[in-house]
Amino acid sequence: MKIHIKGGRLIDPRNGLDGVRDLYIAAGKVVGVGGTPAGFTPNRVIDASGLVVCPGLIDLSARLREPGFEHKATLESEVRAAIAGGVTSLACPPDTDPPLDEPGLVEMLKHKAKILNQAHVYPVGALSQGLKGERLTEMAELRDAGCIAYSHADAPITDTLVLMRALQYAATFGFSVWLRPEDAFLARNGVAHDGEVAARLGLAGIPVVAETVAVARILQLARVTGARVHLCRLSSAEGVSMVRDAKEQGLPVTCDVGINHVYLSEMDIGYFDSNARLIPPLRAARDRDALLQGLRDGAIDALCSDHTPVDDDAKQIPFGESEPGATGLELLLPLALKWAEESGASLLEALAKVTDAPGRIMGIDAGHLSPGATADICVFDPEAWWKVEPKALLSQGKNTPFLGLEVRGRTRWTLVGGHVVFEA
Amino acid sequence: MQTNPQLDKVGRLQHLLSIEGLPAAILTQILDTAASFVGVTEREVKKVPLLRGKAIFNLFFEPSTRTRTTFEIAAKRLSADVVNLNISTSSQTKGESLLDTIDNLSAMHADMFIVRHAQSGAPYLIARHLRPGIHVINAGDGRHAHPTQALLDMYTIRHFKKQFGGLRVAIVGDLLHSRVARSQIHALSILGVPEIRVIAPKTLLPAHVERLGVHVFHDMAEGLRDVDVVLMLRLQNERMQGALLPSAQEYFKYYGLTPDKLARARADAIVMHPGPMNRGVEIDSAVADGPQSVILPQVTFGIAVRMAVMSILAGS
Repeated sequence: MKIHIKGGRLIDPRNGLDGVRDLYIAAGKVVGVGGTPAGFTPNRVIDASGLVVCPGLIDLSARLREPGFEHKATLESEVRAAIAGGVTSLACPPDTDPPLDEPGLVEMLKHKAKILNQAHVYPVGALSQGLKGERLTEMAELRDAGCIAYSHADAPITDTLVLMRALQYAATFGFSVWLRPEDAFLARNGVAHDGEVAARLGLAGIPVVAETVAVARILQLARVTGARVHLCRLSSAEGVSMVRDAKEQGLPVTCDVGINHVYLSEMDIGYFDSNARLIPPLRAARDRDALLQGLRDGAIDALCSDHTPVDDDAKQIPFGESEPGATGLELLLPLALKWAEESGASLLEALAKVTDAPGRIMGIDAGHLSPGATADICVFDPEAWWKVEPKALLSQGKNTPFLGLEVRGRTRWTLVGGHVVFEA
Repeated sequence: MQTNPQLDKVGRLQHLLSIEGLPAAILTQILDTAASFVGVTEREVKKVPLLRGKAIFNLFFEPSTRTRTTFEIAAKRLSADVVNLNISTSSQTKGESLLDTIDNLSAMHADMFIVRHAQSGAPYLIARHLRPGIHVINAGDGRHAHPTQALLDMYTIRHFKKQFGGLRVAIVGDLLHSRVARSQIHALSILGVPEIRVIAPKTLLPAHVERLGVHVFHDMAEGLRDVDVVLMLRLQNERMQGALLPSAQEYFKYYGLTPDKLARARADAIVMHPGPMNRGVEIDSAVADGPQSVILPQVTFGIAVRMAVMSILAGS
């Protein structure tokens, strides 16, 4: 299928391109950027004038809820939400039921996603069996089955020796380990940031030290084992500062932040709004400001949605009992654009955080539009406002603290492997 | 984003969920109304017909005898019909969700719910869910708030001290876990008490507690110096298990209210406690039963204050 996307503002962060240029696709790949390739007759022409054409978005964390939590969402519904949001590749965390600790499960997930033939789904394997933090998983077998990295999702690894061995083992093969820094003991029973709002509302707090103690532990072990480590969902100013210092000292560590945490703070809990119950918790305004600054100066490499669809029954209960998490695949694009607008960053810098950077972190050849690249493309209207409400979201999860707010940036076409998989 | 569910569009009280966010005028209205009801409770015939025909449901998800009983007495003195629901033994254990329980009870024509729940914020969820015209009174939610307790405490202070200006008030004990203390701090602040002190070991204070507008003391003798009102908080046994305190004995030695510590306060200082008391843990019997204790009047005033809250809500 030959497709000509014409007249759009082409932004390709990896190649530093930002300008009106045509894009030519054939046999699932990018065959031309700018000038028409010789003898190219398109089967379809997409008129992208007034729109932005960029690499399909890459999300480092999107829970698809399969296997095991199909009452919350399914692979099919969430992948459909992904492409509606312009996301063409996503990594799904291993905390399914059963967890992704067996090659068979990983293969099944990949197979299901392949049949759907929409977004690329990259499973992240469990770092330990059953996510119990005791025994290692067969990381090499999991890699062969399709895992691109290993993580412990939100399950704690309390035995530091096990964590070190897991990192050493991963380093043996050059595998990447993704860890969300949180000390299980310091975070125990906490439901909100241990700050002013939790004090007033009488909510059990998770102090910043729960994150910084864990960041310190992970950085030390990364240094000692030589493992490639990616820190997931930083939430505190001190945490960002520690990662910035480690990078300056030459440690090859990367990190990301969730879309909710760059805008919202503990204040957004309001009158006990369960949609603001997140992991990690929304912290103080100064933490949010530090996360914004970290994205700007590169201490934080990527932005992700941390998509977590939660059914209404699990949110319409008291704050402390509600299930944490927010739906986000369809908000990744508008919130990346919002970041650019509010921080003064360019559109190219913003899109880099959700295309080029996550692509590199995942170690996949995606997130760019170089000639020969797989044609995973997002064409969006940067000026279109839309209201975040249940009927506007395709995800089965309608749980987001942004409900009722208007955001700007709407996907018009999404292409995966050179096929149009979504059209608004 | 949510709006303050306690007040309607013209600023009238629709629910009493928390002292925080209420204007001084509303708190004063409640105290003044309570004063008129104190006369009722001392009369021979103790009833007024203000809430005749209204159905008030006591929804206690956490066990309580004292608070539930005072609400029941207050409702009956207003001639309301009272239904007591001890939820821990009924449908909740069968897995019915909180909101389903509320829907079922609303269908039985409830006019008012008095809710006590172990989770901070539960009454807000309920209030948001109910149709207009059904009122919610928070009888204590998790660690967050216990507004009627704070109101009866304020009534007591006003009764014995005449006015709030110029007072020094100290709150002593486990603030971290106390819904009573949080509500008291808001009430004292809104009513214009200039100096609010909190006295506790560091492990029993919430993060950034000073931002609530209080002076923090870890030394009880220092903290009680020249104080007019001492508000004691109950210490629960679980605090020893959570590595917050080593023992009740050490706690009593440094933070228990004994006659010699009380002597640091002004000679006419009053001693209050929300009850039930742990004698020998947070308070010495000599003080609890002594001339400066107003713990029993607090209970009496509690009925009048709850009558006031219910009648104001029902009237709006």
